[in-house]
Amino acid sequence: MKAETLIRSSIAAVVAASLGASALAQNAPTVFPGDADGAFVVGTKFSEPDGAHLFKRVCAGCHMPDAKGAKGAGFFPALAGNKKLAANGYPVYVVLKGMNGMPPVGAMMTDQQVADVVNYVRTNFGNKYRDAVKPADVQALR
Amino acid sequence: MEDFATPGMTKRDLLTLIGRTAGATAMYMAMASLDQAAASTFKGPVKLEGDAKGASVLILGAGVAGLVAALELSKAGYKVQVLEYNNRVGGRSWTLKGGDTYTELGGATQKCEFSEGNYINPGPWRIPHTHYGVMHYCHELGVALEPFQQNNFGAYLHSTKAFGGKPQRYRTIHSDFQGYVGELLGKAVKQNALSDAVTSEDAAILLEALRGWGALDKDMRYVKGRASADRRGWDKDPGGGLTAEPIPSEPLSLSTVLKSGLWRAIGGNVSLDHQQAIFQPVGGMENVAKGFERKVGNLVRLNSKVTKIHQDEKGVTVSYDDTKTGEHLMAQADWCVCTLPLTILSQIEINVSPTLDAAIHAVPYLPGLKVGLEFKRRFWEQDEFIYGGITSTDLPISQISYPSYKYGSRGPGVLLGAYSNGSYAYEFTTLPPEERVARALEWGSQIHPQYKSEFMNGIAVGWHRVPWTQGCFGIWTEESRATHYKNLCQLDGRIVLAGEHASFIGGWQEGGITSSIDAITRLHQRVQAG
Repeated sequence: MKAETLIRSSIAAVVAASLGASALAQNAPTVFPGDADGAFVVGTKFSEPDGAHLFKRVCAGCHMPDAKGAKGAGFFPALAGNKKLAANGYPVYVVLKGMNGMPPVGAMMTDQQVADVVNYVRTNFGNKYRDAVKPADVQALR
Repeated sequence: MEDFATPGMTKRDLLTLIGRTAGATAMYMAMASLDQAAASTFKGPVKLEGDAKGASVLILGAGVAGLVAALELSKAGYKVQVLEYNNRVGGRSWTLKGGDTYTELGGATQKCEFSEGNYINPGPWRIPHTHYGVMHYCHELGVALEPFQQNNFGAYLHSTKAFGGKPQRYRTIHSDFQGYVGELLGKAVKQNALSDAVTSEDAAILLEALRGWGALDKDMRYVKGRASADRRGWDKDPGGGLTAEPIPSEPLSLSTVLKSGLWRAIGGNVSLDHQQAIFQPVGGMENVAKGFERKVGNLVRLNSKVTKIHQDEKGVTVSYDDTKTGEHLMAQADWCVCTLPLTILSQIEINVSPTLDAAIHAVPYLPGLKVGLEFKRRFWEQDEFIYGGITSTDLPISQISYPSYKYGSRGPGVLLGAYSNGSYAYEFTTLPPEERVARALEWGSQIHPQYKSEFMNGIAVGWHRVPWTQGCFGIWTEESRATHYKNLCQLDGRIVLAGEHASFIGGWQEGGITSSIDAITRLHQRVQAG
């Protein structure tokens, strides 16, 4: 099978499955019950239901559970007490588009999830920004 | 949840999607079509002819890209020094074996408890024969190679959604899928349904070809019998003497095969960088690095963390810290070959042109996770006759790879118990290492029930927590490549970049090697030009 065909058929399978075409449902990505916090549900997107769990099961992989970042040959920036979070569009943009080596993890989240995780980080870890991001703000930046 | 297959989806979304829908190997196939993986351009040993004019070159990073540059530039007469962050050479060309310790970002330290001779390669683990550059250096440097079982017809295809979660042998699905496709195509030919595309003369040839290709019977049917059993397996295998007579097995139905989704994995071994012959270095991938180390190890300064790269009309000055003593030091040279991963380089002060600077900041790094598991015995061989190769699964572990070495040995064996990407890799990485191991064990036991009673120990590497790469390898999209790739590779004043990120063979050592040769060739031409 040519790779181009593979891509087309994969898209077709996913589109059809998402439309509820039962004949192709078997070939959609497997959806598991997953962890209680929404992790390990499906491999193509994040299924964590709220900002706290998204942070814990996605962001903390690099920014660490305490949001204080880490240092090696380079570093992962601390999100705790981070003044760059003051403008709410900035973290939304970084989550959607990535930054340096950071992948655009927001591509695997809904607008609501991106808003939730940004709002969570901006109101925790010593950050006290009250102007919440809305899903529509995320959609506008995609 | 949002539907990802929207018109606005990016190439990377698509790759992620395909990676999960169709398995990691299929993602590589798709990547090949998007120019993210390709056969090598290596054309034999590089010849840097002419005088080096006493010039000096500072190389940053002692992975394979940096080591190739060190070897070839020193051969050509350049004064070479290499700075390396780690306490060893090799970078991602890396092996974890008993006695090794690994500390990830965040501080978790794992001690590898594997028995003597067992190992995993957390990074690259295969050397395709079409990667002529790596093959060349392995031969030149005396790095012994052995076959890697990429496509084992006796390994499993597994889906939690098919066959009640019971793994199927690759040979069964492969044979039935191909057999039925052959039969259907044969029917179409016989009904002249393809007369637009196939002449009657060619149709006769095609029918004969399909019979052999699909293991069809004399009536062009894929049915229970000697022909199909010889591929998919027998209910009772042929033997010798009075118990010799074989009993063929019953093929699955076409519908069962199609609905199982297991056919997805069939195409994974046909791309250039997965075709047999494919190799691994005897004893682990680190032996590639050790081959280079024997030649140019004396040029490498270990434990050196680069903090600033500055160039002017006279040369390049690199500031670095000795990670053991904390000393702030400087190194100078006429030229610099920088092989640092872009995750790291994008965080270091460097004065380069705006176009190179933009390129350095434009490449995100793939998440990836590998888990090595050691068991008291090689039950996959002893109980299931699986000798090397890869089982693919829809579970978050994605695959199980059995060791392509020490077949039949009676002692403990180590297999690769997870190689995950996509959202699973992120979610795995957030867990403490021992929990990643526990999860891989739990999921893998659905395929091999022996896991639980035979388990000894394990080790887990989440690539975003690797302190010196902060990710697995660079991800290019068609758009980012069009905008930034050439800028990334250009000689910028006195600095040139190299590494897998500066190649069309991302994530493979061959990308690092061919990128390095290309970069030093241009650098040498520049020096020759004066």
